[in-house]
Amino acid sequence: MMIQDTLSYSYMAIKTQPIRVMLIILAMSIGIASVTILTALGESARLYIVNEFQSLGTNLIIVLPGRTETTGGQPPLFGATPRDLTLADAEALYRSHHIAAIAPVSVGAAPISTKGLEREVTILGSTSALRRVRHLSLSKGHFLPESDANKALSICVIGQTIKDELFAQQQAVGKWLRINDRRFRVIGVLESEGQSIGVDFDDMVIVPVASAQALFNTQSLFRILVETKSKQGMYKAVDDIGEIIKQRHEGEDDVTLVTQDSVVNTFDEILTAVTLTVASIASISLAVAGILVMNVMWVSVAQRTAEIGLLKALGATKGQILCLFLTEAAMLSFAGALTGVLLGKITLMALQISYPDFPFYLPVWAIFSALAVSLVTALIFGVLPAKQAAGMNPVTALNKR
Amino acid sequence: MIELENIHRTFQVGGQSVHALNNINLTIKKGEYVSIMGPSGSGKSTLLNVIALLDQPSSGIYSLNNQIVTQLDDNQLAQVRRENIGFVFQFFHLIARYSAAENIEIPMILAGVPIQERKQRVADALLAVDLQQRATHRPDQLSGGQIQRVAIARAMIMQPQILLADEPTGNLDSKSGEGIIELLENLNQKQTTLVMITHDETLGSRAQRIIRLIDGKIV
Repeated sequence: MMIQDTLSYSYMAIKTQPIRVMLIILAMSIGIASVTILTALGESARLYIVNEFQSLGTNLIIVLPGRTETTGGQPPLFGATPRDLTLADAEALYRSHHIAAIAPVSVGAAPISTKGLEREVTILGSTSALRRVRHLSLSKGHFLPESDANKALSICVIGQTIKDELFAQQQAVGKWLRINDRRFRVIGVLESEGQSIGVDFDDMVIVPVASAQALFNTQSLFRILVETKSKQGMYKAVDDIGEIIKQRHEGEDDVTLVTQDSVVNTFDEILTAVTLTVASIASISLAVAGILVMNVMWVSVAQRTAEIGLLKALGATKGQILCLFLTEAAMLSFAGALTGVLLGKITLMALQISYPDFPFYLPVWAIFSALAVSLVTALIFGVLPAKQAAGMNPVTALNKR
Repeated sequence: MIELENIHRTFQVGGQSVHALNNINLTIKKGEYVSIMGPSGSGKSTLLNVIALLDQPSSGIYSLNNQIVTQLDDNQLAQVRRENIGFVFQFFHLIARYSAAENIEIPMILAGVPIQERKQRVADALLAVDLQQRATHRPDQLSGGQIQRVAIARAMIMQPQILLADEPTGNLDSKSGEGIIELLENLNQKQTTLVMITHDETLGSRAQRIIRLIDGKIV
């Protein structure tokens, strides 16, 4: 029996039951559509977050003071407090030639005021390198100048929100701002970053790191951000940093190094897992659709009993009958799957129009796996009815009218 | 060509075993015209089904063209059936969603005959049963006699040597029935072995040989 004959036989058989076929296609398409839509949502969220992280800089190493480790033994009684990270530590890192830029960061909260307007904000102390490391851009003025990090200059760069709230309609650059009891001159305004993961630079004042340390009366740094020259150099840089800090800290390995890509990878893994979980939950509806296919096939076999007997009398083998009914089940599911993918695409397009900022993306593998899953479902659930048809006794089948 | 030796066929009906065929010994030669007669429940249909390889005897040996067919598996049986045996039923058994031509085509589709050859042979077959004007009509647009002629064309499309007919005129008026019998007898004259079940004495007596069955035995 030739393939086109098998297909045409099954198609003709399906065509005689339009309402039943419509219902089964509807059920299958809902299952497939929910799987594709949920996969697309998960996948889009993953890409969104990964992109968001990568825009922060891919060759980024974050040096944190202190070491997180679990030893499993008694909690230490002495010397548990790590040594502080200092500006000198940060500068020493330039000894590694894999490093392109170093931005020491000191963070604290302080009230800022100008002309009677006062606000409590995050003060971030850093150097000119921060602009490069965090990919910051300015809407007005300049960023911190390249100068000795130890110099406590009285200048600051403010975020967009602060500019709007303290200087409203006025020009901010050149104005004076009081932080705690010190006066700083505004030299630049950051461009609004919109929704960004991590730190909200819009609601922040950036001052030279030495000034921040003076404001908060501390020598220690919150962290050091390091950008390496290349992605390949990153792991060498990690080793170098560890080595340099160890030397400076009397042989104690007391900093934690976090690479940007390990953070990205973690998010990547978490969101992939979430996507898969959500898709498997949605695929329960596919199983339900599969049971419906099975039901339709039972009815089909029962209704066409005499016809099966006839085909056997005309010389059809068991294999041929099995193949005819499986093809019929597969055709039903496939039609449902195609409709489902189409339905999913339309829904995603509608979502894209409603949320233009979020990039909706339906991966090609999701489409193909949806089609494959529907076919497999059809074959699994179609096998029992088809086997019943194939195993029929021709004489009894023929006598059934 | 058809040789039945000590054929028995028993059915289990509600815990009781019914002896539908009881020690049947029968030889039918090529080109013979045989009618099988007997009262209802005498085993006529069972005998025809066994000859058609649709039913397997409980015991005994059946050889077709000197090949013992009682031991063949399902696929081999299907092939032997397809190539050697045409079957005409009392209730026609056409597929309602197919046209006359498509119904005739089915055995060739199952046998995997190429499309061009199929179309040619269907046209010839329609001509042979005088239905070339009805090729695209579906069964519900045809009369009983026309339907049975389509069924005969279908039975003969693989050019089998044996044509089995189970009450082929049982559901037809006498005039259409007459036409069908003439068609079958014409085929018989072209060397097709014809085995026909009938209730009708006058029809049965037209055969060269009459086999009478009572309670599963040839008398």
